[in-house]
Amino acid sequence: MEQLKTIGRELAMGSQGGFGQSKEFLELVKSIGEARSKAEEDRIVLREIETLKRRLSDPDIPKRKMKEYLIRLVYVEMLGHDASFAYIHAVKMTHDDSLLLKRTGYLAVTLFLSDDHDLIILIVNTIQKDLRSDNFLVVSAALSAVCKLINDETIPAVLPQVVELLSHPKEVVRKKAIMALHRFHQKSPSSVAHLVSNFRKRLCDNDPGVMGATLCPLFDLIAADPNSFKDLVVSFVSILKQVAERRLPKAYDYHSMPAPFIQIKLLKILALLGSGDKQASEKMYTVVGDIFRKCDSTSNIGNAVLYECLCCVSSIYLNPKLLEGATEVISRFLKSDSHNLKYMGIDGLGRLIKLSPEIAEQHQLAVIDCLEDPDDSLKRKTFELLYKMTKSSNVEVIVDRMIDYMISINDNHYKTYIASRCVELAEQFAPSNNWFIQTMNKVFEHAGDLVNVKVAHNLMRLIAEGFGEDDETADTQLRSSAVQSYLRILGEPKLPSVFLQVICWVLGEYGTADGKYSASYITGKLCDVAEAYSNDETVRAYAITAIMKIYAFEIAAGRKVDMLPECQSLVEELSASHSTDLQQRAYELQVVIDLDAHAVAVIMPPDASCEDIEIDKDLSFLNNYVEQSIEKGAQPYIPESERSGALNVITLRSQDQHEASSHGLRFEAYELPKPPVPSRVAPLTSSTELVPVPEPSYPRETYQAATISSVLDAGPSELKLRLDGVQKKWGRPTYSSSPSSTSTSSSQKTNGVAQDVASTVASSKSRETYDSRKPQVEISKEKQKLAASLFGGSSKTERKTSTANQKVARSSSSHVAEKPQVQKVATVVTDIAADRTNHQAPPDLLDLSEAAAVSAPPSIDPFKQLESLLDPAPVTSVVNNGSDGASKTPDLMGLYGDSALSGQSSSLGFNVNVTSESSNATGTDLGRGTAYPAQFSKGPSTKDSLEKDAIVRQMGVNPSSQNPNLFRDLLG
Amino acid sequence: MGIRFILMVNKQGQTRLAQYYEYLTIEERRALEGEIVRKCLARTEQQCSFVEHRNYKIVYRRYASLFFLVGVDNDENELAILEFIHLLVETMDRHFGNVCELDIMFHLEKAHFMLEEMVMNGCIVETSKSNILAPIQLMDKAS
Repeated sequence: MEQLKTIGRELAMGSQGGFGQSKEFLELVKSIGEARSKAEEDRIVLREIETLKRRLSDPDIPKRKMKEYLIRLVYVEMLGHDASFAYIHAVKMTHDDSLLLKRTGYLAVTLFLSDDHDLIILIVNTIQKDLRSDNFLVVSAALSAVCKLINDETIPAVLPQVVELLSHPKEVVRKKAIMALHRFHQKSPSSVAHLVSNFRKRLCDNDPGVMGATLCPLFDLIAADPNSFKDLVVSFVSILKQVAERRLPKAYDYHSMPAPFIQIKLLKILALLGSGDKQASEKMYTVVGDIFRKCDSTSNIGNAVLYECLCCVSSIYLNPKLLEGATEVISRFLKSDSHNLKYMGIDGLGRLIKLSPEIAEQHQLAVIDCLEDPDDSLKRKTFELLYKMTKSSNVEVIVDRMIDYMISINDNHYKTYIASRCVELAEQFAPSNNWFIQTMNKVFEHAGDLVNVKVAHNLMRLIAEGFGEDDETADTQLRSSAVQSYLRILGEPKLPSVFLQVICWVLGEYGTADGKYSASYITGKLCDVAEAYSNDETVRAYAITAIMKIYAFEIAAGRKVDMLPECQSLVEELSASHSTDLQQRAYELQVVIDLDAHAVAVIMPPDASCEDIEIDKDLSFLNNYVEQSIEKGAQPYIPESERSGALNVITLRSQDQHEASSHGLRFEAYELPKPPVPSRVAPLTSSTELVPVPEPSYPRETYQAATISSVLDAGPSELKLRLDGVQKKWGRPTYSSSPSSTSTSSSQKTNGVAQDVASTVASSKSRETYDSRKPQVEISKEKQKLAASLFGGSSKTERKTSTANQKVARSSSSHVAEKPQVQKVATVVTDIAADRTNHQAPPDLLDLSEAAAVSAPPSIDPFKQLESLLDPAPVTSVVNNGSDGASKTPDLMGLYGDSALSGQSSSLGFNVNVTSESSNATGTDLGRGTAYPAQFSKGPSTKDSLEKDAIVRQMGVNPSSQNPNLFRDLLG
Repeated sequence: MGIRFILMVNKQGQTRLAQYYEYLTIEERRALEGEIVRKCLARTEQQCSFVEHRNYKIVYRRYASLFFLVGVDNDENELAILEFIHLLVETMDRHFGNVCELDIMFHLEKAHFMLEEMVMNGCIVETSKSNILAPIQLMDKAS
């Protein structure tokens, strides 16, 4: 047995024609292949590291051996371990004279080092030397390394040589030189700004490979500045035309598609150039239309090109005919059984929907299928589409769906994303206040810690300001429904902090406003919150201030206040809190409670969070005091900027560290750690709490400060003197800047919301609500209902109410009462869908997984048929082109033909062998070994594959397999 | 940028080849590979070959025991990337003949050389198999 194994291994080496792979290397690969767990793999690699360290300390290692060590080091890093101890050996190997060793050295270096690694400086010299080499393979290896290793500092060292190589006789060198420049452009656009003309020149290179590569830098350049390249539209169109008409060498064909990757890149470029430019777009219509017509829609690659056409059409100036073509492609994609095509179809739909909204309606059911598909990728793509087609008539269904999905997933990254989408849509399209609040509650409840704090502030402002500007009763209703829902939600365990802050604020402002709940009930609830979330200072601060407000309103209304015992103990606890902010709030509460009704009404007017107040930024009310002090001999204030260096100012502005300014220390050193000092948190929390809707209640605060100096213990007087404290706390730059900026931006938003909603409320009310309240009789065709609610746009509602009243009724009731049913049906539907996909063999010709391998013959046949079908097409197209192509543009075909011929006659003879490729029509035949020229293939003989299988088993790479064909090859 | 990384991973989740077109530290690579391999290997044959992950997409394809995973930017044509993977496999197949996981393990550097010819700076630059393989064959002959 042992003997057999060795024979197997030797066979493995022999059959690969491997050079100098030692037993050690084979053992390593074998053990890595056999590793059953990550831990075992780690053990193997750690042992290997020890071995390599020992071996590498040997002063004279044969070069071949060294190459193998490098590969073993590559394994070490690939499997997640550090091999930095041997980087220097990789660097040394790049100096080697042997091409193979040099290239291996470069490979190892590019895999190991980032472009700012210290060792790079040792390689630049070698690269320079290699770029001058006579051997084009050395030059090309060096250029590959340039693309990975040169950073913006080392660009000048190699730039002149790279530019020179643009006119190298070997196309592979020209291609890589272009890509090196591309890399320089990525790293530092200014370094190659003067070389843009070179890219344009290389576009007309004789070699299609060089031309294709040049598209990469041009794409980047055009994306940055399309206007400077409008003159190239004609060239790109003519190249695309010639590519599509099969005028490139056959070697570029992929599955009988002419140079599809070049076509796709060209279409991407045209999409950029034609965007919003009618003139440029008109030049593209013909060629894009041709591709739509001719493209093979049965192969994956054909569909890839069609999809790119579709993207191009959606980007350039609208052409109805092309749009029709794009629509056809989409419907084919969506009707397909392949999930990949469905995915692309949904994506395409998202692109076209802004051009013609009715397209989505044609594919309602397909979209809903995708939405209910168990495949997450497809589902997310569909949500993306729904997001794009949301309007006021379908926002409820869509947001409901999104929230359901949001609740069901664990991926925080996507959860955050979809939560923000929900909020955005709800703010934009909310049909009613109530719905908006309910929706926000759900979002907060399930993703509260992930949403932006701004969203919470928006919600508070919305509740404070109300939707209907002139309808006070509606606002009151909104508030009491908010209070009600919050009191209910408070029963839930473990609410997110942001949400609790909103709840506390709303309860404080409006908890007792409608008289439904007594002050003691609300304060009791608030005390519970402060109790239950005792380690969240912000929430506690919100809660205690809310309690203060409730009591203040009670006192102002002339009612007697009996503080609850739990409230009393909370205040006592907080007055001894470690947090000065909480302490201050507790003391404030105690003081406010003892004031008389009139004073309280002045400092805490009920429902005044939206009043406008003027802010005296100069603190002019302190002038008297200051003058008095100066008369008494105090030092006049010198502004911060005049007092200290610029550095200090900057640090001060960015940080609101109060104590910082009073000591003349350097601040930079203290900035890094940013410890959660309570004193830093405190002002922030107080700002968010006392100024939840910053603009409005802020001035109230100032007012408060001015009147009851006892509360803010002599604040004003000190403020004027210690001006940096003032700056931080009351003045412009730090403290107030953030709230005020958010307030302006968000207040604009809310205005927008208010307007939007006002209109939508009006329209939706008149249109829908009455019908929708009808009890629903039939429960059939849930899907259609969903479709109607999603797609039945406002444009169509009129027609619908006349023809199918029920549809509308369903549409709006689906989210009220039908939830469970909808879900049930949904699962049924997906079951059916799953069944369907199970039964049908995937028609994907190119998917050569194990399953497909079994049914290989049928999957090959249509392919051949296709070829025969396609055959006539190119002939006619060539004829067509003969006339206009020749007259208008330089005939690329001729050029390519030349190059192909010269390649053949060249001594190396590795160039594109057009004839052998074309005669070998089966070369496209799913990559079977036989199809290829004999010198490359070992042939798929059973003997070979059995041998290989035997080796595989010995190597233990895949011992679980029973099927000898499994490892026959990757291509089935 | 287009392509951000190309990974080959077997069905046990072990990395067989990794090429990144933006520099990541070893720890970052390890974490990323762990995350996406777990995500992709859990999917069924019927589900689509594209997975969104953070701010990019992964296009993957399975051949026998080996998964090919390509991380791309969001605006990349997924179907084209799927076919690019197949082109890569066809190219390796032409060179090795009935290519299998072991070929890649024993000739890791060659697989890398092929990728170097096909993809530069995250862009597909060469799709002609003969052009891709020519330098490698010449190198074999020379040594």
